[in-house]
Amino acid sequence: MPKKPPKKTALPCAPQMGGRAIITIIGSDRVGIIAGIAGVLAEANVNILDISQSVIREFFTMIMMVDLAGSAISFHELSGRLAGKGAELAVRVEIQREEIFKAMHRV
Amino acid sequence: MRQLTFSGEEILETINMVRTEQLDIRTVTVGISLLDCVSDSCDRLCRNVYAKVERTARDLRRVSAEISQEFGLPIINNRIAVTPISLIAGRSDRQDLLRIAATLDRAAHAVNVDFIGGFSAQVEKGMTAADASLLAAIPEALAATRRVCASVNVGSTRAGLNMDAIAEMGRIIKRTGELTGAESSIGCAKLVVFCNAVEDNPFMAGAFHGPSEAECAVNVGVSGPGVVLRAIKAAGDVDFGTLASIVRRTAFKITRAGELVGRTAAARLGLPFGIVDLSLAPTPAEGDSVARILEEIGLDSVGAHGSTAALALLNDAVKKGGAMASSHVGGLSGAFIPLSEDAGMIEAAEKGFVTIDKLEAMTAVCSVGLDMIAVPGDTPAETIAAIIADEAAIGMINKKTTAVRLIPAVGKGIGDWVDFGGLLGRAPVIPVNRRSSGRLIARGGRIPSPLQALIN
Repeated sequence: MPKKPPKKTALPCAPQMGGRAIITIIGSDRVGIIAGIAGVLAEANVNILDISQSVIREFFTMIMMVDLAGSAISFHELSGRLAGKGAELAVRVEIQREEIFKAMHRV
Repeated sequence: MRQLTFSGEEILETINMVRTEQLDIRTVTVGISLLDCVSDSCDRLCRNVYAKVERTARDLRRVSAEISQEFGLPIINNRIAVTPISLIAGRSDRQDLLRIAATLDRAAHAVNVDFIGGFSAQVEKGMTAADASLLAAIPEALAATRRVCASVNVGSTRAGLNMDAIAEMGRIIKRTGELTGAESSIGCAKLVVFCNAVEDNPFMAGAFHGPSEAECAVNVGVSGPGVVLRAIKAAGDVDFGTLASIVRRTAFKITRAGELVGRTAAARLGLPFGIVDLSLAPTPAEGDSVARILEEIGLDSVGAHGSTAALALLNDAVKKGGAMASSHVGGLSGAFIPLSEDAGMIEAAEKGFVTIDKLEAMTAVCSVGLDMIAVPGDTPAETIAAIIADEAAIGMINKKTTAVRLIPAVGKGIGDWVDFGGLLGRAPVIPVNRRSSGRLIARGGRIPSPLQALIN
């Protein structure tokens, strides 16, 4: 008997490679933050899809949506480089896959 | 074109839940069937068990760490649940069972998980020879291993209560406490007595991979008392309808995060996804406490009159929110009130504001039972058995899971402390009723299943 292909599921699950991620930068505003973070991303061949910045709950916050599809390095490596750059710039940088926000904030 | 589909508020809410409110995935538990490991030789059985656990779970830690980083969501524990060992023990005697326990311990060590559950038997109706051997091996197995957890189901709504097994468990808990007396009787923290045990519970020490389960499954337990606490604090003195709605919405978000982690872990491990357990599981960290939620609902201290009502509301609202968030909810799915693992509970017990009797009442409306409660070391085995019988009766009549995890702390009396460290926490020894239940326990036999069992 031929094996049935697995059924498609629409339920959320994050891919191993690629996908999109959200980078959050929290701290006080200063010259060179976007340039510094964008430099790390460019070096890793990660495309920035969108950037927004605002003051939320008294924190200066920058949020970037990035595309990991062309990334030359692993998520782990990228996360480490961003954290390193953040420490250099005295801001907190987090990168998280977009799925976590979709799961928690979109029905 | 604008690509950013989330507001800054939403993104920061998620980040704050993790950073300041201790949101985490409490456990990713891989359930593994050992039914195909059966052999007429104990040597071969142990080899099969070790090989299967190692093969199935070898990537668990790596995958968990990856997912945790990618979602920015800590995964606290990775665990394994196996088929109740009494079902694969065959003709094994007590010595063989000790070897199987040692094998499970080694396998858990090999894949670097802190606990492996399933040194278990289901004896609600009666005991097979294998069940009896397993029960006899429990105290030594728990004393000789670090990672093995044991559980015994002694009652169910369909079968009633096996009072002989309950009497035996009183003695086994005492013996386990004595054998691990040098370490605050920690063996007892790895031993749960159930009524209406569930087969897909991801939480230790009561996790096992039931016989109705598939070959393997990835089950997830979420956490989040801190997130619920912050949400209701922010709302202030709202009425109960509003309060329930806030808890429901918060539980929905937490559960969605749990389901995402579970599905992603399952996909990357190449195993089927099982369930999300909705339980609000506290930790000893301040702010990560179910007791504090009850106090925020309006109690001076947990244990005050009204605690049961507040817990009922909390538990129900968590279920309603969680059930909408996941296609497969299972496990215990309710608020936990373990004494030693909850900062608010510890404080209330220390001051004498919460008693074992009030805790028993509270377990009628939540999962799971009298959990991680230290009692005086000289508590008689019959009294421990009677506490189990009371708790199991609540489960049997109300068609719910109840459990008992008591620690008769050797050499310690009321007001002394036991300290297990880490997630198991610390607790003051609290009093139990000193009147004897000896005649009740000595009767033997079974308490018949209730009318609730006759539902066909």
